[in-house]
Amino acid sequence: MATIEVLGTGCAKCKRLLANAEQAVKELNVAMDVVKVDELDQIVERGVMLTPALSINGEVVSEGRVLDVKEIKRMLSE
Amino acid sequence: MQDYLQLFADYVTYTLLGIGQGTPLGSTVDFFIYDTIKVTLMLAVIVFFVGVVRTFITPRRVRKWVSGRPEGVGNVLAALLGIPTPFCTCSAVPLFIGFVESGVPLGITFSFLVASPLINEIAAAMLIGMFGWQIAAIYIVSGLVIAILAGVIIGRLHLEDQVEEFVWSCHMPERSEQAMTWRDRINFAAGESKSITRKVLPYILAGIAIGAVIHGYAPADFLLNIAGNDNPLAVPIAVLIGIPLHSNAAGMIPIIEVLTSKGMAMGTALAFMMAVIGLSLPEMVILRKVIKVRLLLIFAGILFVSFTLTGYLFNAILG
Repeated sequence: MATIEVLGTGCAKCKRLLANAEQAVKELNVAMDVVKVDELDQIVERGVMLTPALSINGEVVSEGRVLDVKEIKRMLSE
Repeated sequence: MQDYLQLFADYVTYTLLGIGQGTPLGSTVDFFIYDTIKVTLMLAVIVFFVGVVRTFITPRRVRKWVSGRPEGVGNVLAALLGIPTPFCTCSAVPLFIGFVESGVPLGITFSFLVASPLINEIAAAMLIGMFGWQIAAIYIVSGLVIAILAGVIIGRLHLEDQVEEFVWSCHMPERSEQAMTWRDRINFAAGESKSITRKVLPYILAGIAIGAVIHGYAPADFLLNIAGNDNPLAVPIAVLIGIPLHSNAAGMIPIIEVLTSKGMAMGTALAFMMAVIGLSLPEMVILRKVIKVRLLLIFAGILFVSFTLTGYLFNAILG
């Protein structure tokens, strides 16, 4: 099953991105896990310098921005 | 352009709203409409252009551009590149690790860390709109000088042993960034302009409204005795109060307008603003994960001294 990860150490922006990702998955009605990654070493290992970051199937697609639901849906359908 | 804006504000106030010309209420409303539109337009335009620039400058590229540069050149470059590259407080740690592990010297890393929150296009646009371009230029130039000097001093002190050990053994893999077309860049910048302007607008409205009322009704010398040019202790106290506080430029500038209109000296107000947006308690707590207490205190100490000196300098020049 495909996975979406929200990478961030837990600030307000990370929570908003997580909520938007969950909403996007719900609206698309696809079977995807939305996971929060808040361990610093894991974030660094992915090469992420700006949080919150979004990763789809292990590939970081956005850094340092709170994507809105529409943007996430577009990225998911690509 | 400004004339058309004034005509429009006059038309809305005196014709549409039917408020009498020359009355205090009339000039307050007129001023409010004129100023709000001016600052909002300026913000939208400046944020758009900086947004385009931002698509070329990511922290990942910044660390590539500054690594291998000598002291001085590297600090200047890092401080300049910090202007269009914002980061939220919680990104300070991955950003710091990313710079240091790729071999960027500590001093140059700090030049970036100081400049990035302190100077940005939102602060510039609002300062131009509310205080004029001279004050905005003074703010930007002194912010740059502080970021460059703070980095050079930290670099000279050779504090590498004050970085937590694990940082040196971190490895942050290189990530390729998606190629952007000009169309993508314009879209990104337009999106930034729209969302930032919308987010900042309430602060602008509140600031200008409070400012407009105060211009008319409150005594202008309320803060004059305690924070005017004659009290030498006002600057360090303002900076000391400002350092633990945290706010962004958008929230700060309306407050600065109120403080100065009540008699606080301009240099003191700018130093206070720098202390609030340049450094905060949450940021220090977060940075503690990667640097030891001594470096943290040196960092805060350097900023305290530089903000205070900046305040004195501008009180002397502007006063």
